[in-house]
Amino acid sequence: MVPLVSIQGLSVAFNGVAVLRGVDLALGKGEALGLVGESGSGKSVTWLAALGLLPRHAKVTGSVRLHGRELLGAPAHELDQIRGGRIAMIFQDPASALNPVLTIRKQLSEALALHRDLQGEAVKAEAMRLLNLVGTPDAARRLSAYPHEFSGGQVQRIMIAMALAGNPDVLIADEPTTALDATIQAQILELLSSVRREMGMAMVLISHDLGVVAENCDRVAVMYAGRIVEQAPSNQLFADPVHPYAQGLIGALPPLDGPRRRLTAIPGTVPDPARMSDGCAYAPRCALAAEPCGLAAPTLAPIASDRTVACIRAEASRRALLGTAAE
Amino acid sequence: MSAPLVEVSSISRSYSMRSGMFGRAAAVHAVDGVSLGIRKGETLGLVGESGSGKSTTGRIVLGLEPPDLGDVRFDGQPMAAVGTKAWRAQRARMQMIFQDPLGALDRRLPVATQIREPLDIHGLGTPAEREDRVGELLRAVELTPAHGARYPGALSGGQRQRIVLARALATKPDFLVCDEPVSALDVSIQAQVVNLLADLQAQLGLTLLFISHDLRVVRQISNVVAVMYLGRIVEIGSADDLFAHPEHPYTRALVSASPAPGRRSAGRIVLTGDPPNPAARPQGCAFHPRCPRAIARCASEVPTLSSVGGDRQVACHLVTGAETRDAA
Repeated sequence: MVPLVSIQGLSVAFNGVAVLRGVDLALGKGEALGLVGESGSGKSVTWLAALGLLPRHAKVTGSVRLHGRELLGAPAHELDQIRGGRIAMIFQDPASALNPVLTIRKQLSEALALHRDLQGEAVKAEAMRLLNLVGTPDAARRLSAYPHEFSGGQVQRIMIAMALAGNPDVLIADEPTTALDATIQAQILELLSSVRREMGMAMVLISHDLGVVAENCDRVAVMYAGRIVEQAPSNQLFADPVHPYAQGLIGALPPLDGPRRRLTAIPGTVPDPARMSDGCAYAPRCALAAEPCGLAAPTLAPIASDRTVACIRAEASRRALLGTAAE
Repeated sequence: MSAPLVEVSSISRSYSMRSGMFGRAAAVHAVDGVSLGIRKGETLGLVGESGSGKSTTGRIVLGLEPPDLGDVRFDGQPMAAVGTKAWRAQRARMQMIFQDPLGALDRRLPVATQIREPLDIHGLGTPAEREDRVGELLRAVELTPAHGARYPGALSGGQRQRIVLARALATKPDFLVCDEPVSALDVSIQAQVVNLLADLQAQLGLTLLFISHDLRVVRQISNVVAVMYLGRIVEIGSADDLFAHPEHPYTRALVSASPAPGRRSAGRIVLTGDPPNPAARPQGCAFHPRCPRAIARCASEVPTLSSVGGDRQVACHLVTGAETRDAA
């Protein structure tokens, strides 16, 4: 089966500094994929590059295919059909993504006219339907309101409505709930999974929050310093992480119940992209690093039918984890 | 049981806010009748969503802002008037750490100079002693003197927060107010800073007021946790017990909304309605419009914080000691 989106060897460099160093990723129809990693790991850049949204001076290489059609280097009029039409994106800060001087109706209608070719009464009816779909109460009246008249959670709902306007096949949600309070975050995540089910849409959820990704995605890819280091079904990744970085991330998360333990912090900091070694980017922080780790960057290799890991010490790492579990 | 170092008795603070340019000024009750006690060497965690009044509470406790009503006592003494000599002496014993270390540091000064500043202001030690103390503080936060010569821009987020921590510790304070100290940091760095804070607390016998919206981090570092909603404490109790057995419907929703790896959202409590607006606080229990269990009484009568057994106190008409605490 041809995947809906297939990314191969995607690399991005800004002024000669590589920030994305060969990402391979496939997204199936209707699938929910989570991308986790710390700031600067390349989670957002992957999708901005795929959609041609990076500034001109960014050097993008590799391949991004949607339904088998190449997107990198595609002409602007073709990309205009895809962005917002086939692939929609929502961002962390919804307030700055809306125009403050236009009503919600105007902004929703723009998306509908562009991607659905709707006119007049049909636009209004569809805008109402979308606002109802995302759970905005009193949709008819709220259409003529301006963005500042809504709370943060409501603005994110409107952003989701706009993203859905083009009936996309894929929704890229980039930290959609990071700016929101806990109880509102729960509402938005529930909304996202219900619209995804109803519309049979695939979703990529980009987040630094392991919990958010674990609960809302079928499959998770962990990114570190511009590469994917582990990819697995989400329940397996969290029960049995193999890459030392994935283990470190999960160990660094304070538990909400059970006995309190000292957090297993990952020492050091994320490497500077301008001064990256040839070897594994995680090796300087890794407890299991051995001599060969510094020589060449490990490639993603399968360890099960649906799991891949980029670590030459994966076996040792797995044993170490099982050893601790047995204690 | 040791005596509380910090005692807050029913403090209230309101601001006046205008809605729009010509709107009528309305009082916003940021904090409304909050009482807390923090014992020496312990940590009180304060959790709540934006607008719950947790930061305002922190500022009042530190004396950065006067309360409209109520009072704060530090080590048995009332807070001295701002600007007096007694106030300065008291302020050297209490410090604050903010969320954004880059905003809290001066970008044009080497960080060692900034760590030294409180020593100069409070006139502690000779110049040579101050230099030594800066080195000692840098080591205490696991940095080197080489880091001290750098400017804030040349340090990572985690290192900057360590510098802020070193500066806060310069005057050997007894009490630290930490307002979202790790919220801006990545998970792996957050764990480093949380561990460091716990170590320093144990070494120096610090008392902490730890303000955060992150339940996990709060539980990790606190002995006692208080949950705030629209300016009031709705539940308070020991950190382990509170999150394991939340009683107040709001605490339950908060705990349930905290996603956990390895757990699919089964039976999640999703609150309906918008986040609370402090300028339009509902009558009765402020939580009742969003509460899944609200009854008629909740809309008219404000519940008071009362003991439900053990060290737990809850402000809810529907939670009483006999009803729910027998299992614990």
